[in-house]
Formats: sequence, structure tokens, C-alpha cells
Amino acid sequence: MDKQVILDAQQFDLTLTRLCHELIEQHSDFSNTVLIGLQPRGIHVVTRLREILSTILGTMPVCGNLDITFYRDDFRRREKPLIPSVTNIDFSIENKHVILIDDVLFTGRTIRSGLDALLTFGRPTKVQLLVLIDRRFNRDLPIQADYIGKSVDTLLDEKVKVSWLEIDGEDKVELYMKDSNE
Amino acid sequence: MNSLSVSHLTGIRDLTPADIEMIFKTADSFKDVINRPIKKVPSLRDITIANLFFENSTRTRLSFELAAKRLSADVVNFTASNSSVKKGETLIDTVNNILSMKVDMVVLRHASPGAASFLTKHIPAKVINAGDGTHEHPTQALLDAYSIREKLGTVQGKKVAIIGDILHSRVALSNIYCLQKLGAEVMVCGPSTLIPPYIHSLNVKVSNNLHEALQWCDVANMLRIQLERQDIQYFPSLRDYAAQFGLTQELLDGLDKEIVIMHPGPINRGVEITSEVADGNQSIILNQVENGVAIRMAVIYLLASQIER
Repeated sequence: MDKQVILDAQQFDLTLTRLCHELIEQHSDFSNTVLIGLQPRGIHVVTRLREILSTILGTMPVCGNLDITFYRDDFRRREKPLIPSVTNIDFSIENKHVILIDDVLFTGRTIRSGLDALLTFGRPTKVQLLVLIDRRFNRDLPIQADYIGKSVDTLLDEKVKVSWLEIDGEDKVELYMKDSNE
Repeated sequence: MNSLSVSHLTGIRDLTPADIEMIFKTADSFKDVINRPIKKVPSLRDITIANLFFENSTRTRLSFELAAKRLSADVVNFTASNSSVKKGETLIDTVNNILSMKVDMVVLRHASPGAASFLTKHIPAKVINAGDGTHEHPTQALLDAYSIREKLGTVQGKKVAIIGDILHSRVALSNIYCLQKLGAEVMVCGPSTLIPPYIHSLNVKVSNNLHEALQWCDVANMLRIQLERQDIQYFPSLRDYAAQFGLTQELLDGLDKEIVIMHPGPINRGVEITSEVADGNQSIILNQVENGVAIRMAVIYLLASQIER
């Protein structure tokens, strides 16, 4: 497969910083706003946003992780059972503004499950969606993001891979394409 | 490994340590779920489970029913006391009739050892053993070991004494298998008449002295005297049994360490355990009950993930 770098380390950092400023624009001091990352890869976006936000604001926004395994719609359509990750929401989301966060928005099915899972914790005033990468023409469900790091046009059989400094050794986003001569 | 090595849960004996770890890890997530404001996940919306209880049970049936409902499965309950079994129907006929109503999984409690394993050979549904006579009670052993892991951090290397009516206890046998697979040391303790003669083949320590067992162990699992299974007299009287094998606060206070007290229920207060101990701060009896739902959710979830549509 051919690959193309969508975001390199510098663009990656700039994009995250811009997203933080967009968030501050709408949520000012985050006193009534919480960030919730979707397991397994969305939590890395949250960790990074939190660092940047705390530098700009001087306070730590409230953050949590949400596992959506049991809310998926493809249970038993896969070869192997889905093994869950940890959910860590030790605060109330009742009447809060929740920013749901994931790395890549693709079919929208994960976000659909995420909304279901989120609402079992209470009734937030408002839920918004932030994604680092939006594969905009591949949606299965009517779901759109409110904050987008970068939109990319991809084909269904292409793959977007987000790498993180802390786990993969480098910050970057790559697009894996089918070889043109295949 | 991402899947259980078994396709039914008939006994702990068939499970690998990795299976048990996977069940525990999945149960961790479900324990989190059942402590949320909405204690329910939609995973098993298309699954129907029949609870077939040919023997009395309150806690286990309720626990299985709650576990299934919290996974959004449909549940039908069957108890032998008001069924066609009384009219002479065989086990297979009863179960096949229920299965023709499109049931995917059967939770079976039966007085005959091996009943669950027998069913797996004759019906297409998934089978979970909820107690087969004096043989095994796998989900109880799993929740016991899970509760120990939760309380002490690990089961590996811990010393667990199972005290009471070992001879008639399916909980004892399943617990021995489960604890040993997880690397714990096991001792059984009770009157010699209630210790089965084959027990030595299971590589467990045996004691007839309650104080000695308590001194040795980190965890004491107190079992009920199963009078309903005893066809002859195994000890002079309940009062005599309570005097020799009843766990009291004085006994616990006399030890040089604090041990964890467990009981699979139902408790006969004042016989195998005094109220003071059962309700005391060393007891994790009610945690066991809570963990029971999470463990049963995990078992049902992992087995249901093998069902193909």
C-alpha cells in the first residue's frame, strides 16, 4: 500500500493547539465543560488537549475516558469477541457541556455507540464532537463533528493511521492508499 | 487470545487460567457498568436466555436473571416445582421444548451431577452450569476468586481455607479447581465425616481443627451444612457442629492476623458463622453477591459472543 503523510509532527502540534483555541472560544474557562475521550485511541487526543489547555488557561479541564465496547452494533458480526477497555468518568455529566473526542471520524458508528454509552451516565445539557481527522465522505450515519483537526477525502478501503509520540514514538497522521497499479 | 477456550461453562475444571483471567477482566468492566445510574448495556439485545432451575435457588437465579437483563437479553424463568417435570417429562424433552421457542442459552441448575455437561451433548444452545448436584458450581467459584482478587489484589500465593460440609458442596469442588488454577493454596476443614475420601487426589491440605485452619489461611470460606443432601447423620447435632466448627468473633480476635471471611450463602446464622462475624468488617459476603452479577454478565457475554447468526 502507498502511504501519504497527512499531518507531520509540526502540523500535528499546530492543529491540536488550534483545536484548543476553538474550544476556549466556545467554552471560555471550562467551568461547566468536560472532555471525554473514546477508548481506545480518543484518549490520546484528550491527554494532549488537556496539556495544551492547562498551559493556556492555567487550570486543568475535567477529563474522562469512555469505553463503548458494549454499545457497539457489530457485536457477534466480528470473528473475535470485543474485549473492553477502561471507562473512567468519576464526575457527573448531568447538566454539563460534554465534548466527545476521538481520533478519526469515519463511518460514525463509534460515535453513535459513544452517545449511547455517554447517556447512561446522565443527561448533559449539550454534547459536541471533536475529532482530529474527519474522513468526510465515508459516513454510514448522519453524524458530523463540531471541531475538526483536518478533513480528508478518502476511499472506503483506504486507512488512516494516527501515531502518537508517547506510544508510537512520533506524532503524525498517515493515509494508506491502494497502489495505483493494483 | 481473544476468546474463551470452551463453548459452554459446565465446570471450572475445563477452564484455563487465561479463560479465568479473561472472565475477570470482562467482569471489571461490567462491575463499572452496574454502578452507573443506568446499569444496562445493549450488547445482547438479540439473545434469549432460559433459566432452568430444577432445584431451589434464590440468589443464583436472581443473579443470573439480573446479569442477563443488564446485558439487555430476554430471560425466561423455569422452576421445576410448577412444571411438567412433575408430570413425568424428561430433562431433554423439557429443554428441547423450551429451545423450540428460540432460546439461545440455557442456565441450568439440577440435582444430578453432570446434568449440564449432558445437555451440551444433546442441545444446540449454549449451556451454563448453575450447580449440578454435588459436582460443580462454576460461577460461584469465579465470583469467590474474583472477590478475593478484589480484596487482596491477587489470588496467586494466597492461602484459602474452605470450611464446613465439603462432602456435599459443589462450591468447594469448583473453588478448589479455580483457586489452584490461579495459584492459590487450598485447605479444606470440617468434621472427618464431611471430608470426602478422594480429597487427597486434589492436592489440598486437610484439617479437622478450625483454629488450625484459621491460623494458616488468609481467607476463610465458610460453607453451609447441606442438611437437604444428607441422608444419614454425619455429626451428633447442629449445636455440637457449631461448637466445633462455628466461626466466632472470639476465634478471629485470637488470631495474630486479620483474615478475610467469605460465605457463598445462604447463611445459617449461629451454625457455621455467628451474626457478629457475618456482619463484621472482615466479612466480604455482600461484596460476593454484588460481584456475582458482574461475573455472570462476563460469562454470558463471552459465551454469547460465540453464537453465530
